[in-house]
Amino acid sequence: MKNTNSIGQALPNAFQPNLWGRRFLIVITTLFALTFLVAPLVVVLTRAFEYGWSPFWKAVTEIYTVKALRLTALTTVLAVTCNTLFGLCAAWALTRFQYKGRGFLITLIDLPFAISPIIAGLIFILTYGRLGWLHPYLVDWQLRIVFNVPGVVLATIFVTLPFVAREIVPVLAARGTDEEQAAVLMGAGFFTVFFKVTFPHIRWALVYSLILCAARAMGEFGAVSVVSGHLRGKTNTLPLHIEILYNEHKFSESFAVSTILVATSVIILTARNVIEQLAKKEDESNVFRS
Amino acid sequence: MYLEVKGLEKKFGNFKACDQVDFALEKGALAALLGPSGSGKTTILRTIAGLENVDSGEIVIDDKRVNELPASQRGIGFVFQNYALFRYMNVFDNIAFGLKTQKQPKNIIQERVEELLNLVGLTGLEKRYPSQLSGGQKQRVAFARALAPWPRILLLDEPFAAIDAKVRRELRSWLRETISKLKITSIFVTHDQSEAIEVADLIVVTNHGRVEQTGSPLELYRSPATPFVASFIGESTILSDYGCLKGFNKAPKGAVCAVRPEFIRLFSPNEAIQYENCVQDGLVERVSFRGNVLEVKVRVGDFSLVTDYSLERPPISLGDKVKVLIYRLYAFEGVTQARLVSNDGLKSQNNGYNFEI
Repeated sequence: MKNTNSIGQALPNAFQPNLWGRRFLIVITTLFALTFLVAPLVVVLTRAFEYGWSPFWKAVTEIYTVKALRLTALTTVLAVTCNTLFGLCAAWALTRFQYKGRGFLITLIDLPFAISPIIAGLIFILTYGRLGWLHPYLVDWQLRIVFNVPGVVLATIFVTLPFVAREIVPVLAARGTDEEQAAVLMGAGFFTVFFKVTFPHIRWALVYSLILCAARAMGEFGAVSVVSGHLRGKTNTLPLHIEILYNEHKFSESFAVSTILVATSVIILTARNVIEQLAKKEDESNVFRS
Repeated sequence: MYLEVKGLEKKFGNFKACDQVDFALEKGALAALLGPSGSGKTTILRTIAGLENVDSGEIVIDDKRVNELPASQRGIGFVFQNYALFRYMNVFDNIAFGLKTQKQPKNIIQERVEELLNLVGLTGLEKRYPSQLSGGQKQRVAFARALAPWPRILLLDEPFAAIDAKVRRELRSWLRETISKLKITSIFVTHDQSEAIEVADLIVVTNHGRVEQTGSPLELYRSPATPFVASFIGESTILSDYGCLKGFNKAPKGAVCAVRPEFIRLFSPNEAIQYENCVQDGLVERVSFRGNVLEVKVRVGDFSLVTDYSLERPPISLGDKVKVLIYRLYAFEGVTQARLVSNDGLKSQNNGYNFEI
C-alpha cells in the first residue's frame, strides 16, 4: 500500500473509495467545517475588532464584564470540584460492587444529558424558588438560591454532573478488580488501594473529563439563564453578559467579550489533544512492551 | 494440622461451587487442588484467602478460626492466575508493596526485596515495569510479591496456565524446589493432572464442588477412591461390561472399569507366552509415535484400548494381529467406589508378572 498515513492504512484497499469518491468526501467535509465552524469564528473576531484594539480592550475590561468573568470562573471551579468528587464516588459505586438498582443508577446519572437545560433551570426554580417546596425552609435559614449565585452554581453542577462519572466508569469497568484484590490481600487499606493502585489507571480519563466538564461549565447558558435572574454584576455569567450586550445592540462589545470564551475554548481543545496524545503514548508503550 | 477446611459450602445463586469441602494440610506442605474447570477449586482458594465469604463451614489456620478475619489480616500470599501485578509500579515497588503497608523500616524493605529478587532470579530487573517482562518473569515477580510480607500460607491460582509449555516445565520444578526450601504451607490450583502429580505432596481432587479424594499422588494413582479419580489421574480408557475380557469373567453383568495404558501389554502372535490362557486376540487400529514410545490403539472384541509400546520391541504396524494381556484394571462399584482387580489367570500362575507399582 502506498499510503504512509496510519489512518489511511487502517482501511484495506478494497474499502478505499476511488479518486473521485475521495475528493468528494474531502470537499464535503471541508465545506461543512468552513460554513459551520470557521465562518462564524471569523465573524466573531472581525466584529470584535471592527473599531480597532482600544474599544475591544474597553469592552473586555469593563466592570460588568470582569464581574461576569469572575462569576464564571468561580462557577466553573466549584462545578468541576464537586463533579470530580461525585464522579469518582459514582464510578467506584457503579463498578466495584453489585447491588440492586445499579442499572437504574447508571441511567439516572445520564439524566442531565437528556434533559433540556431550560427544563433543568425550571426544576431549580420550582424546587428552591418562592413557590418551591423547599422555600419555607430556605427562608428559615435565610438562604437565597434562585436569582442568586448559589442557584447559578447549582444549575451548572446539575448540567455537568455526568461528565466525570461517564469517563471513568468504562475505564474502571474494563480493568477488573484483581490488582485491588492483590493490594487488599497484602493488607492495604482503602486509601492506599485507591491512590496507589486504582488512581494511576484512571488519571488520564479523569484529567480528560475535567477539561470537558470545565468547558461545558464555562459555556452553560440555558439552565443558568433561567435561575440567574440576569442581575448585572451579581448573577451574570459571561454567556449571559454576552446576550445582554447583544440585546442592547452593543454588537462589537458583545463580540469582544465572546472572544474570551472563544480563546478559552481553543486552549481547552489544545489541552484535550495534548492529554489524548500523552494517554495514548502511555497506553501504547504498555501494550507494545507486553 | 496447620490449615483445616471443614464442611465448606458456597453457593453462587443456584450453583453450588463448594459442597461440604473438607481437607487439612500440615505445616510446610505443598498441596494441589486438582479438578476440571467449574469444579470449585478456585472458589475454595478464594474463600481461604477471604476474597469470598463462605455460606457455612469453617476455615482454621494455626488452630484459629479465620472466617471473620478480613482478607487483609489473614496473612495470606496470593498469586493470581494473570499475576495482577501493579501495572504502574516497577518490579521493586511491586515486591515492596506488602512491606510498605506493614510499615517496615526502609532498610528492611530494601533487604527483603533484594533477598526475594535473588530468590526468584530477577536481580537487576527491579526498575522494569510489568509490561517489560516476559510471562515467566511476571510469574516470578508475582511469586516474590506474594512472599514478601512473610505470609503464613501461599495460595497460587493456576500458576502455570498462562505460560508456554517449555517455560512451564522449568517453572514447575523451580516452584517445587523453592517452596520446599522456604517450607511455606502452599496450595495451588490446577486442572492439569501431570502438573499436580509432579509438583504437589498432597492432591485434593475436586469435582462438582465436592472433594472426591485427598492423598499423595501415588496414593491417588494406586488406589483411586472413586471412578472420577481413577479416570482423572493417569490416562485411562473406560469400559462398560468388561466381564467378557479374559481373566475378568467374574465381573458382574454391566460392570464398568477403567484400564490404564500401563496395565496392558502387547505381544506379537508368534511370540511364545507362558500364560496363554489369560491373553486375548486384538487388532492394531492406530499407531502413533510419541517421541519415546509408540502409542497403540488396539481393538479387543467391542473395546478399543490404548497402551504404550516400547520402540525396543518387535515392530508393530496398523492392521497387525496381536495378543493382548491385561494385568489389572480399576473396577467401579457404583459411582462412589473404585477397586483394583487383577487378572485371574495371572493370580493362579504366579509367573513373575505380578509387579507392584
